[in-house]
Amino acid sequence: MDERQDTFPRLLLQHARVRPEHPATREKDLGIWQTWSWSQVADQVRALACGLAADGFRRGMHLAIIGDNRPRLYWSMLAAQALGGIAVPMYQDAPAADFVYVLNDAEIAYANVEDQEQVDKMLEAQPQVATLRHIYFDDPRGLRNYEHVSSFDDLQARGREFDLAHPGWYDAEIAKGETDDVSVMLYTSGTTGKPKGVCLTHGAFIAAGRGGCDFDRLTERDSILSYLPMAWVGDHLFSFGQWLVAGFTINCPESGDTVMTDLREIGPTYYFAPPRVFENLLTTVMIRMEDAGSIKRGLFRHFMAVARRCGAEILAGKPVAAGDRLQYWLGNLLVYGPLRNVLGMSRIRIAYTAGAAIGPDLFRFYRSIGINLKQLYGQTETCAYVCLQPDGEVKLDSVGKPAPEVDLKIGAGGEVLVRGPMLLREYYKRPDDTAESIDADGYFRTGDAGLLDDGGHLKIIDRAKDVGKLANGAMFAPNYIENKLKFFPHIKEAVAFGHDRDRVCAFINIDMGSVGNWAERRGLAYSGYTDLAQKAEVRALIRECVEQINAELAGEGELADSQVHRFLILHKELDPDDDELTRTRKVRRGFVAEKYGVLIDALYGGKQVEHIETLVRFEDGRTNMVAADLVIEDAQTFAATGRRAA
Amino acid sequence: MTTHERRSGEVILRLDNISLAFGGVKALTDISFDVREHEIRAIIGPNGAGKSSMLNVINGVYHPQHGTIAYRGEVRRSMNPHAAAASGIARTFQNIALFRGMSVLDNIMTGRNLKIKSNFVEQAIWIGRARREELENRRKVEEVIDFLEIQHIRKTPVGRLPYGLQKRVELARALAAEPSMLLLDEPMAGMNVEEKQDMCRFVLDVNEQYGTTMVLIEHDMGVVMDISDRVVVLDYGRKIGDGTPDEVRGNQKVIDAYLGVAH
Repeated sequence: MDERQDTFPRLLLQHARVRPEHPATREKDLGIWQTWSWSQVADQVRALACGLAADGFRRGMHLAIIGDNRPRLYWSMLAAQALGGIAVPMYQDAPAADFVYVLNDAEIAYANVEDQEQVDKMLEAQPQVATLRHIYFDDPRGLRNYEHVSSFDDLQARGREFDLAHPGWYDAEIAKGETDDVSVMLYTSGTTGKPKGVCLTHGAFIAAGRGGCDFDRLTERDSILSYLPMAWVGDHLFSFGQWLVAGFTINCPESGDTVMTDLREIGPTYYFAPPRVFENLLTTVMIRMEDAGSIKRGLFRHFMAVARRCGAEILAGKPVAAGDRLQYWLGNLLVYGPLRNVLGMSRIRIAYTAGAAIGPDLFRFYRSIGINLKQLYGQTETCAYVCLQPDGEVKLDSVGKPAPEVDLKIGAGGEVLVRGPMLLREYYKRPDDTAESIDADGYFRTGDAGLLDDGGHLKIIDRAKDVGKLANGAMFAPNYIENKLKFFPHIKEAVAFGHDRDRVCAFINIDMGSVGNWAERRGLAYSGYTDLAQKAEVRALIRECVEQINAELAGEGELADSQVHRFLILHKELDPDDDELTRTRKVRRGFVAEKYGVLIDALYGGKQVEHIETLVRFEDGRTNMVAADLVIEDAQTFAATGRRAA
Repeated sequence: MTTHERRSGEVILRLDNISLAFGGVKALTDISFDVREHEIRAIIGPNGAGKSSMLNVINGVYHPQHGTIAYRGEVRRSMNPHAAAASGIARTFQNIALFRGMSVLDNIMTGRNLKIKSNFVEQAIWIGRARREELENRRKVEEVIDFLEIQHIRKTPVGRLPYGLQKRVELARALAAEPSMLLLDEPMAGMNVEEKQDMCRFVLDVNEQYGTTMVLIEHDMGVVMDISDRVVVLDYGRKIGDGTPDEVRGNQKVIDAYLGVAH
């Protein structure tokens, strides 16, 4: 028996041997949680792999994986890897046109997709993708009359026949796998240019998974909810890498809209979410709290004040006065416990956030009600594994210490450089990019500007290439300003401009949920986003937010010059379908600046109102024109206080 | 991509010379048409043309003064709602008729009412047959919930849902009865474009997956022409056109009725 545990298929077989009855995967189907044990998963993967083999899938080939988090899509990744193939998960919400590039770039011949929606997109892309021959689907609904596509059930049935006809073949394929083989190719979201395929090996992801599991003592008894896009490196690390290293249980939600409910039902012990998700959860709670009776509201307010005062300290194990401790204990009984339960976080031991900066209030809120929320730092090229915050050393403005086996240093221009077993093998078919991103000593250039503080914690300031200078030479870190703005619940997105200019101006997107609710409580009528965004009351609301961050910036040394002088609220939400955001919802700064050049001119040209018309593209490819007259607001700025002598 | 060749089968419903009047008001005059198994049959016409009356005649809410209705070979003067439901005809309403205070799940469960055989006492003490039936019915309901993608509102009271979703819940309740014929009264009225597209997809999916025969009333010509196999056109209670969408589109009487005609 093969005792090596250096590829994912071998890890799967290992779990099937050691803990055959332990739940490996759950999915809510027809309202009931279905469970597959490790031995059942091993059997399912075997059937999928043999089916692919029967249809001609061979070593080194790429298998596209497209859909929401479904067990059989996770298993498909293992099936491809068992045959020495490479899984290529893709963002499921992209339109067909976007798939064409990636499918061609990865020379996809086989695609395992979720449902009719994805099959339609594959068939639409197929004429432009010469290699694409085999399309398999999980959910047969609406696909009865489709030709030349095949269901997973049929695929697995063919696989079982193939397996019987070729005894020992499957095991021999797994035995051929090497730890340095590429296991997965993840496409970077492409803030700049076309997406690049990042080739990561079994060894890299297993190292990252093992490092994380040891660091946080994750075992097979843990349980997580797998609800983030499968094409995202974070999900691949948590729901795949660590899943197979630790042997815990992944739970697939019923649908994208039921995640809140599913979270409560499962009660995971380990949880990962970008700040946006934590923010949405909090907003939901706050909106419900405002509708609650006065006694409940009073209790909530009182004990949240207690939690703010001492909750985070109690979680970090710091000394706290006995009176506060008693109050906190009572609060835990009456408010925090029930609240954690509503959030589905009663059993959480460790929660991580990453992908973007998290607001101070948000971060403190979760920690103060006893949820061990921590930050981590990493990118696709490093298996999302560079820095982790150790328990008891959680700081808001840092992303933690270098993780085990990671070698980190700060290079020229403050750029963060890392080296370790988790690095990418290469960018697929892009040797120039590969050479550019890894220096002679084997350090990967993260492209983030950061610094190490006295305790050895890494603090990220901005993207190295985004850090610019104002006309007077002062540092201009747009992300830093935008994040400050986005920490207000009313502001969903912000884009700051200022490089080579004399002052900073910004575009704002309001948060429809939060501002909509605010307007409703004030009896302010509106017809939609465009209308609401241009209400004088809303503009005043946003101006207050801007002025508040200006006051903060005034006290932050060199950044005092980055106060936002003028701003406008955009007439539409920035959207990945219009190429304004990446699929991971990061602003494509250059594109936005070009597209809305006329608005920037208006901001800097001193105009009070500017007319704009924009073409909006819907998910199904239809388009529509949105036009509006945008009012430009001037915000109060403050004299710099506490400016350090240069 | 999606195939539009449906397995239209035998005629299962034939209406012959139906006339319906309320006092002196003639709602329907001498109307005849048929519905084939598995097809999507649309009834269109301007306001007050008699579309809803036609549907009410089919499921027995109104009793026509003249004419006959032949359903699955059985010829009668009129239907009655109970018999219609028992023989596999389900419907939705123009103005949503759900229990607003009850959850989506409970509303859809009421669609299974006719399938429940256990009596009140058995259900009250929750044993044997009652329990088995409830499980079986719940499973069916969950399939419908999955089919119409409304898992996220399973426990939400219907009154709190937006209009488009309520329409979907109503369709779910009708589907839960596992009908062989489904009457849809303006399933897309008052919906926005996206909701209409969703609804069209569900109607086509239901038809494809379960082979359910559909009779639908619709205002939106675009929708009708896209999804129906055959269309009946009514105007002032009379039939002025009948045929495939293309035939109806070319019919001069229909064009006049919809676009108006110079006198």
